[in-house]
Amino acid sequence: MTNVATSVAGAKPAAFRLTTRQREAIAGYLFVAPDAIGLMLFIGLPMVLALGISVFEVDGFGGFRFVGAANYIRMWNDPLFWQSLGVTVRFMVMLVPLLYVMGLGLALLVQRTSKFNTVMRSMFFAPQMVSLVVVALVWQLMVVDKLGVLTRFAASIGLGGISFLGDPNIALFTVTLAAVWFLMGFYMLIFLGGLQDIPRELYEAARIDGASSTQSFFSITLPLLRPTSFFVLLTSSVAAVTGAQAFDLIYVMTRGGPANSTALLISYIYAQAFQYSAFGYAAALAALLVVLLMVITVFFFVVTKGGRFDYE
Amino acid sequence: MSNLSRSQANIVRLTWMLVTAVLAIMAIFPLLYMLSIAFKAPTEVFKSNLIPAKPTLDNFVYVLTEVPFWRYILNTFFISAVITAVALFFHTMAGYALARLRFPGREALFLTMFSTFLVSLPVIIVPLFILVRTMGMLNSYGGLIIPAIFNAFGIFLLRQYYLSLPRELEEAAVIDGAGYWKIYTSVILPLSRPIIAALAILFFLANWNSFLWPLTVASDPNLWVVQVAIANFKSQYAASWNYTMAASTIVAVPMLVLFVIFQRQIMDSIKTSGLKG
Repeated sequence: MTNVATSVAGAKPAAFRLTTRQREAIAGYLFVAPDAIGLMLFIGLPMVLALGISVFEVDGFGGFRFVGAANYIRMWNDPLFWQSLGVTVRFMVMLVPLLYVMGLGLALLVQRTSKFNTVMRSMFFAPQMVSLVVVALVWQLMVVDKLGVLTRFAASIGLGGISFLGDPNIALFTVTLAAVWFLMGFYMLIFLGGLQDIPRELYEAARIDGASSTQSFFSITLPLLRPTSFFVLLTSSVAAVTGAQAFDLIYVMTRGGPANSTALLISYIYAQAFQYSAFGYAAALAALLVVLLMVITVFFFVVTKGGRFDYE
Repeated sequence: MSNLSRSQANIVRLTWMLVTAVLAIMAIFPLLYMLSIAFKAPTEVFKSNLIPAKPTLDNFVYVLTEVPFWRYILNTFFISAVITAVALFFHTMAGYALARLRFPGREALFLTMFSTFLVSLPVIIVPLFILVRTMGMLNSYGGLIIPAIFNAFGIFLLRQYYLSLPRELEEAAVIDGAGYWKIYTSVILPLSRPIIAALAILFFLANWNSFLWPLTVASDPNLWVVQVAIANFKSQYAASWNYTMAASTIVAVPMLVLFVIFQRQIMDSIKTSGLKG
């Protein structure tokens, strides 16, 4: 680091004297370098590698054999791949609206500043502090067949005999509930940030004009929350598709079962790579995910005009 | 009339507070349930009382003595601390340069770096594993630590913070003839103390709670972190729920305590991460 310090500080022989602007640029590149290189190496390169590896067959010891499009043809003909894609879509369709409603609903409930609301906010956010492994284990315990506390609660309201994680028609829903419970506090905070930016005077004016609170919600709150809503919908969709949180939950709660009913695309990729050592095939599946993600990201940047939400 | 409507308004307000409180209790119920089971004897696990009839510490003693749990705790602490320290060092440097120093390609570089924030680990787990294996870092602290350092979210927040600082603060140092490294260490870093504190908590938390990467990169039990250990707990020791919940409690409580102490900082820094239009 002393090297950087002296060269940047400009203690150089006169022959190499640089202009202020050049020195600033060099300092800039050096300061960004560790993170820029790290991000390129450990995130950028793997994204490119996913595409590259997908045309090889990789054995467990790191040997590569070129197989062309074989992995992609296998994907096309693989019913389990199509099933995992279906599960992923179903998961997204359940998770995104539920999170939106819960996040916004909780934010509206606690938006006014008061001691009481501060405590409530912390309680809603507390699940975020716990790891997804712990979340998965606790939920697993709560829905144990017949004996779990939620199972018995369900029985007491006339839903007896439900197997929350054993029934292929219900297991994905159970996992979604656990994910919503874990994530809702985070999205509540994001919505609180958005609500804060809405000028109070607008509500005052609406009230003077005789608008009901429902009317001002639909004509002031929702329209002015559009950037926040966009951010929430986008990040939660990306999280659902890529299994950002769901992977851990599903890995611990169900391992993709029963009957693959909770196997997201990402769970299937992981199983192919680390259970069956089919790294090439897993990379082809991951490449599809990378492409999917890039499409969403580009869309994001186009709509927000290059990600310039910061200095406006 | 106005008295009546005021008391009506009060009733409405109280009703909403009640609804909020009930929801909040439901939100923390699973955590209370975890605590409850952790203190219960095996025969009592599925009894419906939330407060254990005969509270016992046996489950904790079992976890901390029969299982090399201290080792997992130390591993996790070490890994999380190193990642947090190095990440903050790198991210403050990058954030400072991206906010303050002018160089060609700065905006493009920032957008490229920032765009990786949507790439979550599961998407790249297979190629990243192959990359790290090729680099010979499987089953090593290096493999557990190095790839976890880089994260666009921290860079983004620090850059935002530095954009908001008044320029005069550095200009004084420039006039004194200080180089950029000197400005970074003696002006920028001291000014960043509050945000560094908040990010340190967030990074430590995230790494303490992380599961997928440690699970994938380290199969050697000597390198296990707590999350991998408790995920394997039930199958490995054929342990019953009371032990699993005691282990979960040991892992979760330090983070919940951290939250109770630093809730304002933690929640504020997350609130600002919601990008505004």
